[in-house]
Amino acid sequence: MDITQFISTHRRLLLVGFLLLVLIFMATFPLYARPYHVRVLTIILIYVVLAASWAMFSGTTGYMSLAPAAFFGLGVYTMALLQQQLPFFLIIPVGGMAAFALAALIGLVTLRLRGMYFAIFTFGLVVFMSEIIQFLETRLWQKHGQAIIPIDNVTLLYTMIGLAVVTVLATYLIRRSRYGLALSSIGGNEEAAEHMGINTTMMKVLTFATSSVFMGAAGVVAAPSLIYVNANIAFSTFYSFMPIFMAIFGGMGALYGPVIGAVVFGYLEKTLRAQLYSYFMLGFGIVMVAVILFLPSGIAGLIPRLQARLAGMSSKLGKGGQAKQHANA
Amino acid sequence: MPMLEGRGVTKYFGGLAAVSNVDFHIDQGEIVGLIGPNGAGKTTLFNLISGALPLSSGEIRFKGQRLNGLKPHRICKLGIARTFQETKVFPNMAVFQNVLVGAFFGRSNRVSGADATREASQALEFVGLSGMSMTPVKDLTLVNQKRVEVARALATKPELLLLDELMAGLNPAEVSEAMELVKRIRGRGITVFMVEHVMKAIMGICGRIMVLHHGEKIAEGTCNEISCDRKVIEIYLGEETRAKS
Repeated sequence: MDITQFISTHRRLLLVGFLLLVLIFMATFPLYARPYHVRVLTIILIYVVLAASWAMFSGTTGYMSLAPAAFFGLGVYTMALLQQQLPFFLIIPVGGMAAFALAALIGLVTLRLRGMYFAIFTFGLVVFMSEIIQFLETRLWQKHGQAIIPIDNVTLLYTMIGLAVVTVLATYLIRRSRYGLALSSIGGNEEAAEHMGINTTMMKVLTFATSSVFMGAAGVVAAPSLIYVNANIAFSTFYSFMPIFMAIFGGMGALYGPVIGAVVFGYLEKTLRAQLYSYFMLGFGIVMVAVILFLPSGIAGLIPRLQARLAGMSSKLGKGGQAKQHANA
Repeated sequence: MPMLEGRGVTKYFGGLAAVSNVDFHIDQGEIVGLIGPNGAGKTTLFNLISGALPLSSGEIRFKGQRLNGLKPHRICKLGIARTFQETKVFPNMAVFQNVLVGAFFGRSNRVSGADATREASQALEFVGLSGMSMTPVKDLTLVNQKRVEVARALATKPELLLLDELMAGLNPAEVSEAMELVKRIRGRGITVFMVEHVMKAIMGICGRIMVLHHGEKIAEGTCNEISCDRKVIEIYLGEETRAKS
C-alpha cells in the first residue's frame, strides 16, 4: 500500500499514537536518564507551557504581551510565600488563580491600548512587579530574597508533564471552538469582529487572564529547583522574551508551532549554553533573524511545504522521509 | 413608528461638526440611499448608527430602543449589520470562516454549530461565493471581498443592513450584479440603508435618498425630487446628471 496514502487516511490514529509515544517517553524518562537530564526535560516543559500559553492569547489576537515574566514570577513568589502553609499541589492552582486575577485586572485597564502601547505596558508590568516585591522585602519583611525548600526532580517532572498536557489540550480546545474563531477574528480585524456581535473587550480580557493561569502555575512548579529566589530572578525578563522567541521560531499558525519552538530552543539552550555561553547567544540572534527573514510562519510553516513535496513523490519514499512525515502528522 | 430614527444627531471631531443636527428615519422594507460629496459625514453617520463612534448629542432609536452608548456588538445583536467602506475582512481566515463569525455571534451567542454552518453556507450561496469558501480572503479580488462582507453581515440575520459604498471600485458589470444583490437582500425582508457614489445604482434601486453636505442634511426625497433639486445639483450632482434624468 502506498505510504503517503496510508498516512493521510490514518492521520488521526497516527497522531494519537505519536502523542502517546511522546507521553510514554516522558513518563519513563526518569527510569533511564540521568538526574541532570530529568531537570533539562522539566525546564523544556516549562518553556512549552510558557510558549503555548503566550501563543494562546498573543498568537491569535495579535496583541503582543511582554508580561509572561510577571505571571511566572508571581507563581514563583506564591510558592515561596505559601510553601510552609499549603501542600505543593494546592499551591499550583493558587498560583494560577493569582496570575488570573492580576491578568484580569491588567487586561481590563490596558486592553483598550493597541499595538505598541499594549506591549510597552505589559513590559512595564514585569518591572513594576519586581519593584513591588523588592519594596516589600526590604521595607516590610526585612529580608532579601526567599529560600525555597527543594522538591525531588521526578515529582517536579511529572507535575510539569501534567501541566504541559493541560496547557496544550486547553489551547487545542480553544483553537477549534467558536471561542477560537472569535479570537482569530479579533486578530484579523478587531473593529469588524466587534461589529459581528463579538464582545471583543471581554473576549480579550478573559483569554489574557486564562493564558496567564498556565504561566502562574508554571512559576509555582519551577520555583523549588531555584532553591533561592529574589525579585530579579523570579521576574527576569528572560521569561518574557523566551516564550515569544520560541513561539515565533516554531510558528504561531499551528498549535504545535510554539511547542516545537520551545522543545528545540529549550534543548539547545540547556545543552549548549553552559559550555559556549557567548557563542550560544550570538548563534541565537543569527537564527532568530534568519527565521524572521526566511520563515515568517516559523518551523511550523515548513511542514505544509514538506507535506506537499512528499505527497508529490512516489511511494519509493525512503525510510527517513517516512519517519519525518510521521512526526509531522 | 419608523424602524430606525435619528433626532438631532450630531458628532464633533474636535471643533469640527462632522454630522450636525441631522434628523432621519428609515422605514421597514425600504432601500434608502445616502449621498453627498466626500467628507460630507456619510460614513460618520453610519459609524454613529453602528456604535463605532459615540454621539456628541442627539439620539438614535432602533425599533423604539435607544442606541446611544451601546457598543457595536450589542447593536449587531439588536439586528443592525454593516459593511465597511474600506473592506475590513479577516484576511488570513478562509471565506467560510469569515462568514461563520457572523453566524456564530451575530444575533445570539448560543447558536449551535450545525445552525451556524448552515447559515454561513446559505449566506455564501446568496452572494455567489460558494465555490471559494475555502480560499483565504486576502487572496480574493476587491469585489469578492466586498461580497464576503455582505455575506458576513447577512449571516448575523440583520433586520437593517448598512452598506457603505458597496459599489465603489467596481466595473459596470459588477455594479449591475451588486444592484441585483441589494434588491434580493430587500426581497428577503431586510431593510437597506446605503452610502453610494455610483449614481446609476442609487437611482436604480433606492426608494428614497438623503443628501448630506458639510454634515448637514440638505435634501431628502425620491430620486426624481433629488435629481431636480437645485441645491443638490450645485453641490454634488452637477449639470450633466440633471440633463440625463
